Amino acid sequence: MKDETQLRIFSLLVENKPGVLFRVASHFRRKNYNIESLVVGPTEDRTTARMVITMRADEEEADSFARLLKRTVDVIEITRMNWDQAILSELVQIKIRTKDPHSRNSVLAMVGAWGGKVLEITKNAVCVQITGSPSDIDNYIEMAAEFGIVGISRTGVTALEKG
Amino acid sequence: MFGLPGGAILPIYDELLDSGIRHVLVRHEQTAAHMADGYARASGRVGVAMATSGPGTTNLVTGIATAYMDSSPVVAITGQVPTAQLGTDAFQETDTLGLFNPITKYVFQPRAVEKIPQAVKAAFYLASTGRTAPVVVDIPKDVQMGSAEVTFPERVSIRGYVPNSELDRRGIEEAARMLLEAERPVLLAGGGVIRSGSCDVVVSLAEHLMIPVATTLMGKGSIPETHPLSLGTIGMHGTYQANTVVTEADLVLSMGVRFSDRSTMDVEKFSRDHQIVHVDIDPTEINKNVKTAHFVIGELRATVTALLEAVQRGVNRREGSAWSQRVKELRDEYDGKAFGKDGGISPPSVIRKMRELLSVDSIVTTEVGQNQMWAQLYFKTLKPRTFITSGGLGTMGFGFPAAIGAKAAKPGVSVLDIAGDGSFQMTCNALATSVSEDLPVIVCVLNNSMLGMVAQWQRMFYHRRYSAVKLGALPDFVKLAKAFGAEGTRVQSLAEFEKAFKEALRCPVTTVIDVPVPPEEDVLPMVPSGGALNEMVIDT
Repeated sequence: MKDETQLRIFSLLVENKPGVLFRVASHFRRKNYNIESLVVGPTEDRTTARMVITMRADEEEADSFARLLKRTVDVIEITRMNWDQAILSELVQIKIRTKDPHSRNSVLAMVGAWGGKVLEITKNAVCVQITGSPSDIDNYIEMAAEFGIVGISRTGVTALEKG
Repeated sequence: MFGLPGGAILPIYDELLDSGIRHVLVRHEQTAAHMADGYARASGRVGVAMATSGPGTTNLVTGIATAYMDSSPVVAITGQVPTAQLGTDAFQETDTLGLFNPITKYVFQPRAVEKIPQAVKAAFYLASTGRTAPVVVDIPKDVQMGSAEVTFPERVSIRGYVPNSELDRRGIEEAARMLLEAERPVLLAGGGVIRSGSCDVVVSLAEHLMIPVATTLMGKGSIPETHPLSLGTIGMHGTYQANTVVTEADLVLSMGVRFSDRSTMDVEKFSRDHQIVHVDIDPTEINKNVKTAHFVIGELRATVTALLEAVQRGVNRREGSAWSQRVKELRDEYDGKAFGKDGGISPPSVIRKMRELLSVDSIVTTEVGQNQMWAQLYFKTLKPRTFITSGGLGTMGFGFPAAIGAKAAKPGVSVLDIAGDGSFQMTCNALATSVSEDLPVIVCVLNNSMLGMVAQWQRMFYHRRYSAVKLGALPDFVKLAKAFGAEGTRVQSLAEFEKAFKEALRCPVTTVIDVPVPPEEDVLPMVPSGGALNEMVIDT
C-alpha cells in the first residue's frame, strides 16, 4: 500500500459531552481530510468517550494532525496507529438479493463461512451481519455483490493497539 | 471590560453597576474586541470584551479572530437567548460555538447558573496560560438570571489541557551545541518572546554569544531596536539588514515564531540555505510551515533560560569575526536608511520624528497597510509591549481601538495610533468612546487618499491599473475629530507636524493629526510574493 494512501487511525479519549465531535471534526474539515470512518462510544468511565477515526494521509501529515487534535481542549489523550499496528474490527449489516432457493442457500452457506449471523430471511432477500477486519468485510461485500446487494450499513472501524 | 449591552445580556449589565468593574462603552462591538486585545497586548493581562447575542456577538468575530491570530489573551462574554429558545432561530440568536470555534481556544456555554463560576474561571485560565488565546463564554439569558449558592473555584484544572510540558533538557543541550558550533548564527524572536516575557533572556543570549537578533513583526520590541545587535524585522517589508543577515546565516535559532508566510516569504528558499532550530510552546507549530533541523517544545522563558545556561557552560566554537564584521557592515549601511523618496513630509521622516518626540515607554499601535509597514521599518521600538499591531489577520481598523485599550491598561503613558486614511475610516466611531471614557490617544493619519498598500500592489503587479483604491471624497478628519469632541489638526510640513505632535502629547483629549503624504509613495524594501527574503525591491 502506498504510504500517502495508508489508513491512519486516531483513537481519541475525549470528554463525553455535546460539542466535542464538532470541535474534533472541525480540524478535519479545515485541513480538508476526508473521514473514512468514525466510531464513538462511551468508555468504562461515563464522563469520557472513545472516538476512533480513520483517514488517509502520509506519515508526516498524520503526525502533525495528531498534534493538532491533541491541542483540542476536550481531547484528553490521543493514540495514533497505522493499520498494521492495530487490531481492527468492523461490523456490517448487508441485505443480499436471493432470487431463488438456490441462491438463498448459497448466501446462507457463505454467512457460515465468514462466521456471520443471519438477521432476517424474506422471500427475496437475506439480511446478514458480519464482523471482522475491514478487509474481511471488503471481501464479503465483494462476494455478496455477485448475488446483488439491496442495502449495506457499515459501522466503520474500531481499533485497539496491538501488544 | 469593553462592551455594548443588548437584550440578552441585560442581567449581567445590571449586576455590573454594583460590581466596581470599569466598563468602557463602545459604539460597535468590533472595537470592544480590539480594545480588549490592545489592553491585553499592552499589559500582559487578559482583556475582556462583552456583547449581546446575535449581531453583538457576530460583530465581535473580526476582533476575536485578530486576537487569535496574534495569540492575544482575550475573554469575550456574550449574551445568548434563553436555553429554551436555543436552536429555534429566536430573535438575536446566533450559533456562538459555530462562529467562534475556529478562532478561539475554547467556547463555554454554561447551561445552568451553577456552572458559571467554573466556566468563567476556566476561560481566564485557558486564555492566559500555555499559548495565550481568546476564549468565549456564551451565557443564555435565563442562566444569567438564575441564582444559586456557588463557590468560585480557587483554581481549575482541565484534564485534556496541559499548558506547559516539562523542560526538554536534552533538546536544549542539542540546541546549545548547534548554536555554539554555528559559523553564522542569528536569533529570530517572534511574538511568543514578548507574550512569555522572555525578552531579557533573549537579549542576554544574544549578548553572551555576540550574535545578531532579527524579529518578526510580532516580535518587534523583543530587543531594543537601537541595540547594536538588533537588525529590526524580517519579512515582506523587513529591513534590508534583517532580511539579508537571516538569508546569509547558517543557523537561525527561532523562538516563539510561527514562520508566517509574510515573515519567511518563499518557504522553500527560506529553508534552503540554513538550518532552523525552533523553540516554541505550541507543538502544532513544529514543522508546520518550515522543516526544522531541531526543535524544542516548551514554555519559552524557562526553555531559553536553560538554553542560555547551557550555552554559558559550553565553548563557543565560532571562529574569527567575519560574521560579526558582515553584520556590522550591513547594519552601518542600512540601519535607519530610508528607501524610496525621503525628506520633507515623507512617511519615514514623519515616523522617525514620532520616535524622537515620544518617550521610551510610549505605546504605538498601527492600522494595516502602508502605515503599518512604514511603522515596522522606521519606528524603532525600544521596549516589549510598546508596539501593537495586527500581524496575523491584518485587520484594518484595529489600531485605533487597540490604542484606546492600551491607554486603559497604561493610563500614564502616551499612546499613538499610526493610521492610514482607509483604516481609520473603518473604526473612527471609536472617537466617541475615547472622548466620553476619557481615554485620550493620538491618531496620526498618514493620508494619501488611497488604499495605499493595495494601490502599491496595483502599481507593481497590475500595470498601474488602479481598481477601487481611490478614496475620493474623504471626510475632513479635522472636522470629524471635532464633531466627536476630540481635537483635530492638519499639518503641511515636518516642522508643523512636530509642533502639532507636541501639542497632542499635552492635550487632554484625543487628537487626530491629518498628515498628507505623497499619494503614490511605495513602501520599500519589498520582497514580492514568491521571492526569497534577500530578493528585495529597493527602488521603483
